Parts: sequence; structure tokens; C-alpha cells
Amino acid sequence: MNIFYTVCLVLVILSMLGLLYRVWKGPSVPDRLIALDAIGVMLISAIALLSILFDTPFFIDVILLIAIMSFIGTVSFSKFIERGEIIDRGSDS
Amino acid sequence: MDLIADSIIIALVVVGIIFTIITVVGIIRLPDVYMRAHAASKSATLGVMSLLLGVFFHFWWNEGHFSISLVLGIAFLFITSPIGGHLMSRAAYMSGVKPTELTVGDDLKIAIDKQRAELAKNTHEE
Repeated sequence: MNIFYTVCLVLVILSMLGLLYRVWKGPSVPDRLIALDAIGVMLISAIALLSILFDTPFFIDVILLIAIMSFIGTVSFSKFIERGEIIDRGSDS
Repeated sequence: MDLIADSIIIALVVVGIIFTIITVVGIIRLPDVYMRAHAASKSATLGVMSLLLGVFFHFWWNEGHFSISLVLGIAFLFITSPIGGHLMSRAAYMSGVKPTELTVGDDLKIAIDKQRAELAKNTHEE
């Protein structure tokens, strides 16, 4: 079983490296944003597999934390790309 | 019983890994920002949800540990990941990234132009 989970972990890490190619090459900023969001999602899978391999349930909270952080980062970056600022100042405009 | 549990866990993890690899192939090979967002948001969400479900069953059946935060994580990913994909695609469109040449229609541009024309007319009347 351990060999199976190790192979799965290696595949997930290779997928993250493949996404780094898109982050490096991507022609526009939203390309890099999409690839970084997918890297965050795959980091969740990698930590889930690591918690099976280390045989401990204490890594599970990290999964929820990374999911929340990745969503906040995605929302703030896309708002910055769209409007040029993250937190609106003032009620007029 | 143990064999059935292990089979279900392995099937879920394998489905998650397959959808992860499909995500990477789609993001590298598709020609367009919007197609890449399509590949990333759908198949990455399904892959990570299936893999986390496998891990949840592993901790429940083999270790006797019902982890409620893993269920919360699966539900949170299911809610927020398509929203993230939608926001990224909208930011890409609004910042002026052109779709690929294979595109035949752009309905959103027509709608936005109509909205802008009405807005300009209203401000002009005032």
C-alpha cells in the first residue's frame, strides 16, 4: 500500500512541475493565475497523500487552511487584475 | 471486508490522480486562457474531491478516525473552486485577453457594448 501512495505522490508532484511550466511560459497574467490556483489545489492532494504516508491525521487541518488561503488569494488577484485595486476606497466612484 | 474497503479507497485515489493528470495535460496543451480555465476549474476540482474522499474513507475505515474537517474541506472546495474559475475567467476577459482565432462568436462583447451604450445615453440625457 505504501508503494502505491508513494507513486501517487510522485505523480502529483510531477503534475505540479508541469503546471510550473505554464507559470513560467504563460503569455498573459491570467494564465499564470490559473496555473497557480491549480498548483494550490494539487498541493492539497499532496498533503492528503502525505498524511496517509506518515500515518497521522494531524495534517488534515492544513488541507482546510490551504483551501481557504488559495481561494482568498485567487479572489484578490482577480479583483486586482480586473479593477486595479483590491480594497475599494470611498463610496463614490 | 478489509479488501472491499481497500478497493474502494484505491479506486477513489486512482480516479483523483487520473483527473489531476488530465488537468495538467489540458493546461499545457489547450491554446486559450478560457479553455485552460475550463480544464483547470472542472477537472482539478473533481480530482481533488475524489482523492480527498478516498483519504477520508481511509482514515474512517482503517484508522477509526472520523475527521469532520476533511468533510468540511471537501464541501469548501466544491463551493469555492468553480467560483475561483469564474472570477479568473472574468478578470481575463475584462483585462482584454483575446480568445484564440478558432473562436466563432463573442456574445459577451455584444452584451457589454449594449450595456455601455445605454449607460452613455443615460449620462448624456442627464
